[in-house]
Amino acid sequence: MSIRISVAICALLLGLPCAPALADDAALRTALEAARRDFEARGPAGLDRLDLDAVQTVCNRWANNPPSELQSLLQAEQLAAVKYPEGGNYLGDWKKGEALAQSGRGLTWSDGAKVATGGNCYNCHELASTELAYGTLGPSLARYGQRRGRSPDLLRYTWAKIYNAKASSLCSNMPRFGHSGALGEAQIRHIMAYLFDPQSPVNR
Amino acid sequence: MKPSSRKTGRRAQKLLRAGAAVAAALAVAGAGAGQPTAAETQAEIERYRAMLAEDNPAELYAARGEELWNTPRGPKQAALAGCDLGLGPGVVAGAYAQTPRWFADAGRVMDIEARLAWCMETLQGFSAADIAARPFGSEDHKSDMEALVAYVVTASRGYPIAPSQKLPQERAAYALGKSLFALRAGPYDFSCQTCHSQDGKRIRLQELPNLTRREDVRRAYTGWPAYRVSQGEFRTMQWRINDCFRQQRFPQPKYLSETVNALITYLAVEATGATYNGPAMKR
Ligand code: HEC
Ligand code: HEC
Repeated sequence: MSIRISVAICALLLGLPCAPALADDAALRTALEAARRDFEARGPAGLDRLDLDAVQTVCNRWANNPPSELQSLLQAEQLAAVKYPEGGNYLGDWKKGEALAQSGRGLTWSDGAKVATGGNCYNCHELASTELAYGTLGPSLARYGQRRGRSPDLLRYTWAKIYNAKASSLCSNMPRFGHSGALGEAQIRHIMAYLFDPQSPVNR
Repeated sequence: MKPSSRKTGRRAQKLLRAGAAVAAALAVAGAGAGQPTAAETQAEIERYRAMLAEDNPAELYAARGEELWNTPRGPKQAALAGCDLGLGPGVVAGAYAQTPRWFADAGRVMDIEARLAWCMETLQGFSAADIAARPFGSEDHKSDMEALVAYVVTASRGYPIAPSQKLPQERAAYALGKSLFALRAGPYDFSCQTCHSQDGKRIRLQELPNLTRREDVRRAYTGWPAYRVSQGEFRTMQWRINDCFRQQRFPQPKYLSETVNALITYLAVEATGATYNGPAMKR
């Protein structure tokens, strides 16, 4: 989505003139123009990655802190697009989930198109207490299922968080794994099991 | 630093043997599911440092770079003695610390690599395509640019970082770098800020400098370009930014492009006043 459309969204839906961010719009446009000129497609990383969608446009335009009306509106739109698993079958195989949580591979220009995309979870989160090499960009998920239970609401919330973190926190630093197609339904089910299964090392 | 070539030869062997051993240890540790702990990685690097005493393999690259600088090369068989890095033709000492800056002859704001490439083109007659073909070297294909950069930046050790912001073009490069630093895009919605705008964070065990904070930019900028132990290679700032764009899941920036140049300008200006003490030894 172009910047112009996002400005239109803001003007139409909020009735705001959207003036405060206009100077930034010029800077953002210049940055995008430079990027479109200076990047080249390589491996799986095509130039279409520089086409911003509505969430990216709005988060860029408001330095990750958009007006609350716009935030709620776009979050609702993202949430409405979350696909939940067939038959409410949220949990797969935690062992496969563990491998996915460990893997940070995929989607870079140096990964061949055949490289399986990992979940990157350990890049940002603490999970199993036995894995000390965890990142801290996200909150700790240690003993996630044990601490928070397995209520239908929590399963649904967690699924939606992994599928599209922006559906509940518009400018979150967490990627939108399902929404972007980085992870498929089966993979998200495995990762869910890693978080919730009592046998999973996350909960032991 | 002008080690005699015989001394360089002996030291080279020692450094490279040690480097290869540590690189192998880190690579093996990083390949499995269980990564080395922070303490293990740190211990490995400490061990390496001890092996080298005060030596940094970057010296070897710098020595080769000095030789390249002084040797007539290229279609025009010219040496780089006439290359103006900003302080006058042939002046190397302190020049890096004042880049990126506007160069009137080229009509561009240039970082040190762009400037070296410019000299190689205009003085030596190399083609831009040749220079951009393989800027980042590997064990069996060393990069001349990396060696030249090692030589030039080493000659700025102890100089204060002082990129000019007097001209509107220089300020525009800074502003562009700042915007690009915040630009979120791609399949993971990442920008530089995603990984570099909070204090005390890490990815796995790799500590992330908060590059929106002056102290962190200064620490990072004054150590780069650097010798990377895990790769056994000397790497430039163009490489550093390129590899972060890779992790960002962006397409690849063209070598020496305005985008990379602007990000380097942004970091350099934020680091103004700090004393350059690179090339450092990095993970
Ligand atoms: C680049 C960083 C990053 C990656 C990769 C990442 N996350 Fe997150 N995660 C975050 C951040 C930041 C938050 C807090 C903001 C939010 O809720 O969106 C978060 C929040 C969460 C939450 C909500 C926690 C709560 O207490 O409500 C869950 C669950 C979660 N992440 C699971 C995962 C899983 C599973 C993966 C891997 C498939 C993953 N994350 C990958 C950064 C990340
Ligand atoms: C997905 C995460 C991620 C993103 C996005 C990212 N970086 Fe990095 N960056 C890292 C990691 C990890 C390191 C440390 C690497 C290491 O130790 O090997 C690093 C290191 C650096 C360093 C060197 C710091 C030092 O002290 O050695 C600089 C400078 C830097 N990044 C700049 C950038 C810029 C500019 C961008 C955007 C173009 C960017 N980074 C985007 C993860 C990231």
